[in-house]
Amino acid sequence: MASDIVLRDIHFSYTTLPILQQVNISIRSGEFASIVGPNGGGKTTLLKLILGLISPDQGEIRVLDQSPVQAREKIGYMPQYAHLDLNFPASVMDVALMGRLKKFAFRYNKRDRELAKEALDRVDMADYSRHGFHQLSGGQKQRVLIARALCSQPRILLLDEPTANVDHETEENLFSILKELNREMTILLVSHDLGFVSQYVKSVICVNRTVLIHPTSHIEGSMIKDIYKGDFKMVRHDHRCTEGGHIHD
Amino acid sequence: MIDFFTALADPDQQFLLYAVIMGGLSAVAFGVIGTFVTIKRIGYLAGAISHSVFGGIGLALYLQVVYGIRWMHPVVGAVMAAVLSALVVGLVSLHAKEREDTIIGTLWAVGMACGILFMDRTPGYFNLGSYLFGDILLISRTDLFFVIGLDIVVLGVIFLFFNQFFGVCFDSEFTLLRGVNTSFFYLFLLLLTALTVVLMVRIVGIVLVIALMTIPPAIAGFYAGNLKQMMLGAVLICMAFTWTGLGVSYHYSLSSGPTIIVLAGVVYLGLLAVRHWRKKSTG
Repeated sequence: MASDIVLRDIHFSYTTLPILQQVNISIRSGEFASIVGPNGGGKTTLLKLILGLISPDQGEIRVLDQSPVQAREKIGYMPQYAHLDLNFPASVMDVALMGRLKKFAFRYNKRDRELAKEALDRVDMADYSRHGFHQLSGGQKQRVLIARALCSQPRILLLDEPTANVDHETEENLFSILKELNREMTILLVSHDLGFVSQYVKSVICVNRTVLIHPTSHIEGSMIKDIYKGDFKMVRHDHRCTEGGHIHD
Repeated sequence: MIDFFTALADPDQQFLLYAVIMGGLSAVAFGVIGTFVTIKRIGYLAGAISHSVFGGIGLALYLQVVYGIRWMHPVVGAVMAAVLSALVVGLVSLHAKEREDTIIGTLWAVGMACGILFMDRTPGYFNLGSYLFGDILLISRTDLFFVIGLDIVVLGVIFLFFNQFFGVCFDSEFTLLRGVNTSFFYLFLLLLTALTVVLMVRIVGIVLVIALMTIPPAIAGFYAGNLKQMMLGAVLICMAFTWTGLGVSYHYSLSSGPTIIVLAGVVYLGLLAVRHWRKKSTG
């Protein structure tokens, strides 16, 4: 199958200290992948490289067989909402419509509004389109930002810490939306929370200067230990406790 | 207050009528641009731009008096200095990752200092206060046409590029990823800010202009649900402050600029205190 995102032998550093070394990643079309790793390990850097916001010191990046900058139009990006000004006076519709911004266009037309409304509908936020964005809960804000990414009709969805600052139930809800979207598009997300992600995600990209890729089922404690340099409790989601007791599969 | 309205009709006190018209017209550009300055949190940059205008005024007076360059009117110098400093300040804030505040602060101070030095070398007496704190006696009919022109430019540009400016202010990174040239629109916004500042300097002066640019949007922001409401609110509040301030200053023979600013500041801080107190008592 064709690869949507390819990173070949990437090296990157902001100063003399290397952030990423010899990174090779290939993300196939239709993948649902998660980048995990400790803070400062290079997760966000990886995302910025794929978006073409920064260029690698060495190596090549191809997104949908184009350069990252050329491919931007086909990528839907969801940043962390905590980076936004939470007092900014904007309605949910105003925010979603940003996904319809274009290089050469003045004002939004009717089709832009329809697409924004459709996108809000898909994340169950259509009823809130006139509400103030700043009045929403964390999970609702995340959903609006997903809608904003969706209404540019992307082929790849990139999400930066979609589960940051939301409770467990909201996380579940967000991921079931993403699972649904994954039928139509490749999804790549960044998370510092490995345990939860593994239930839906098909493969995990562990980043701490270098990169290791695992299919989710192969993740073992020792790998996480290598990456995070410490002992972690692993939460497994692929088994349930029955009335009769605890049965592993 | 009746004396203020009779004075408005008095042809001998035409400056007052000009000031009132000027205040109303400039509130349009002020409310709209001020809203962007407030939400983008670049009041500090606008402050640096407005203070460096003083350097331009000084240079213009110097060239006019010493070298006899007639067209080098202080307004021309002010516009040139404002545009130049908007570009410099904008490029610094886009590219200087570290020490941005120090660089901006330096430009701010050097601009003002140059203005004083030029005036030192220019023969004649200049009333510094009128530039620093405004002087409505200086408003001429030409100024009114300038303000009308500025209003048309500001409203036209914002109408066409509202979404781009919205994007740059709310989430610049995402807007860039949508293919919009965010650096261009950021500099464009600073340029409009610079021109707006220059025209308002007549009424409230270089030092006070930033307060009148940012207080009305800040108040409107308490109640606005979206950006357009905030702009409209800011325009109306700016008009109200300017006109009330002019009336009060005329009645009590006070300087108009400082009167307007004290009025705006007291209302803003008062509202902040009320909101804070309410929040505490309900939550």
